Amino acid sequence: MTEATAEAPAAGRPRGTGAVLRDLLRRPRSAFGLIVIVLMVGAAVFAPWIMPYDPNDQMFDGLSLEGAPLPPSGQFWLGTDLLGRDLFSRLILGAQTSLIIGVLANGIAVVVGATVGITAGYFGGWIGGILMRFTDLMMAFPALLLAIVLAAIFKPSLLIVAMVIAMVNWVQMARVIYTETRSLAQREFIEVQRAMGSSTLRILGRHILPHLVYSIIVFGTLGISTTVLLEATLSYLGVGVQPPTPSWGNIIFENQTYFANAPWLVFFPGLAIVLLALAFNLLGDALRDTLDPRLKGRH
Amino acid sequence: MGAYVVRRLGESLLILLGISLVTFALLYLVPADPERQIAGRSATAETVANIRAQLGLDQPFHIQYARYLGNLLQGDLGRSYLQRTEVSELIAARMPATLLLMLAAIVVELILGLTIGAIAALKRNSAVDQSLMVFSFVTISAPQFVVGILLLYVFAVQLGWFPIGGYGTLAHLVLPAITIGLLGTGWYSRMMRSSMIDVLAQDYVRTARAKGLGKLRIIFRHVAPNAILPIIAMIGIDIGLFMSGIVVVESVFGWPGIGQLAWQAIQRVDIPIIMGVTLVSACFIVLGNLLADLIAPLVDPRIKLK
Repeated sequence: MTEATAEAPAAGRPRGTGAVLRDLLRRPRSAFGLIVIVLMVGAAVFAPWIMPYDPNDQMFDGLSLEGAPLPPSGQFWLGTDLLGRDLFSRLILGAQTSLIIGVLANGIAVVVGATVGITAGYFGGWIGGILMRFTDLMMAFPALLLAIVLAAIFKPSLLIVAMVIAMVNWVQMARVIYTETRSLAQREFIEVQRAMGSSTLRILGRHILPHLVYSIIVFGTLGISTTVLLEATLSYLGVGVQPPTPSWGNIIFENQTYFANAPWLVFFPGLAIVLLALAFNLLGDALRDTLDPRLKGRH
Repeated sequence: MGAYVVRRLGESLLILLGISLVTFALLYLVPADPERQIAGRSATAETVANIRAQLGLDQPFHIQYARYLGNLLQGDLGRSYLQRTEVSELIAARMPATLLLMLAAIVVELILGLTIGAIAALKRNSAVDQSLMVFSFVTISAPQFVVGILLLYVFAVQLGWFPIGGYGTLAHLVLPAITIGLLGTGWYSRMMRSSMIDVLAQDYVRTARAKGLGKLRIIFRHVAPNAILPIIAMIGIDIGLFMSGIVVVESVFGWPGIGQLAWQAIQRVDIPIIMGVTLVSACFIVLGNLLADLIAPLVDPRIKLK
């Protein structure tokens, strides 16, 4: 630890991944976020080996004699659901669903948002005008309502749910990248490149994009949290991930009528959603502090 | 200022026009066959075709949109496919409930958010500050349906302090308002914290301290009012956040507002209602943003009008 603390972060200069990681692990909040993310990704990847039961098996001994779900016990760690399935196993498989959709949807949103932002910011003019007016328009859309309508229209598969979420989620990224690209494009070193006859593609790829990487990483990380929440909400409303594929949201949806008698069926999946979204929020916030020293101590 | 206001108004109208076009286009593409739903399963092909013509669904896109827009300008949002009622009437009937919830939620988030943010700033970097900021992160990381159901479980089912849902008394309002307000609390507390820290570093605060004024007097007379000013404009933007949550929160609590109306309409693919609620919500968001833009330079003259 002494080695790590001795090294003061160099203001404004790019730092190696190792230094950033050390910095993140030194802060309690982001260390917590990283640990949660590693655990959940681990659970999702190794799901088949970790799950104590088949998540879709409606076990005979998974229900009480009266046919009610069982509370957490030594046999079923987090209890069973209305159909006598093991909740812990379903939550682990649900981690897979949430992370796949989170990463996929957010990946699409990042690519679309960054492309729109860079294009509008660098070229400006009427292309930029149209793109940014469209972005404004999307900002004014009630996002969740739009996602619900879209998800209800298309028969939701994992890919469709991810696309729907991406469609309402790229806007934030586009705005941030637009503002930054615009100020970069007016800087001298870019004008020099232009005067030297560098191709537009080369300027964008070699000189603009590298300056945007930090913002893309920060907002990309924060975006995963939004994506996870949106997926959970859509699935809770029954227009997201469809049963029997478990998702944390649809587990609550399936069991909520019984929540007064079996609160663990809402509590544990709810906790899983909050933990994962919180982890990415904490990590994204810490990344913003670490990568952009100008903001240090202000958040 | 006058020209600025006119320009921002014009932009807002354009955005609303764009939203009406996008909403219409989306729902035009819906493979939902509303005519079949209305006619029922056993209807003949002829009946279905008649209903289709009656609803104008056999017309090409631009004609349907032009007619929709024409009606819209007269305040006519169309008729519900299934309830045979004017959409504008349905929305108007449910608007008071939603507005009441919005107002209560704003009160909750301002009280909680500003207090938490102020305490965190005054106790900066202490354990209190750390825990309050973690709390604010939790509130923005918790989906509203989870918060709503858990509040219902603890305060309605277990403790019995509040009803399990519904509408009518002040007690019905508390839990849904907290559910929506908590999300905003997270944002406001973080903004208030950094705003307070800025103000605390100002010279006039040091002067007030040097004059020997009491700590509480400095906080309430000099720091808090100046810290709150830049945040006031955020209330407008907040309306967008709010509009996104009402569908979920109103269905969790059985609150009879426009969110619940939209949710019921989505399940029955009652397109005119879905479009109506989307448009009305978008109007609120655009209006909120407009207010935020107009208020911001008034409370903080440093903000230049673009």
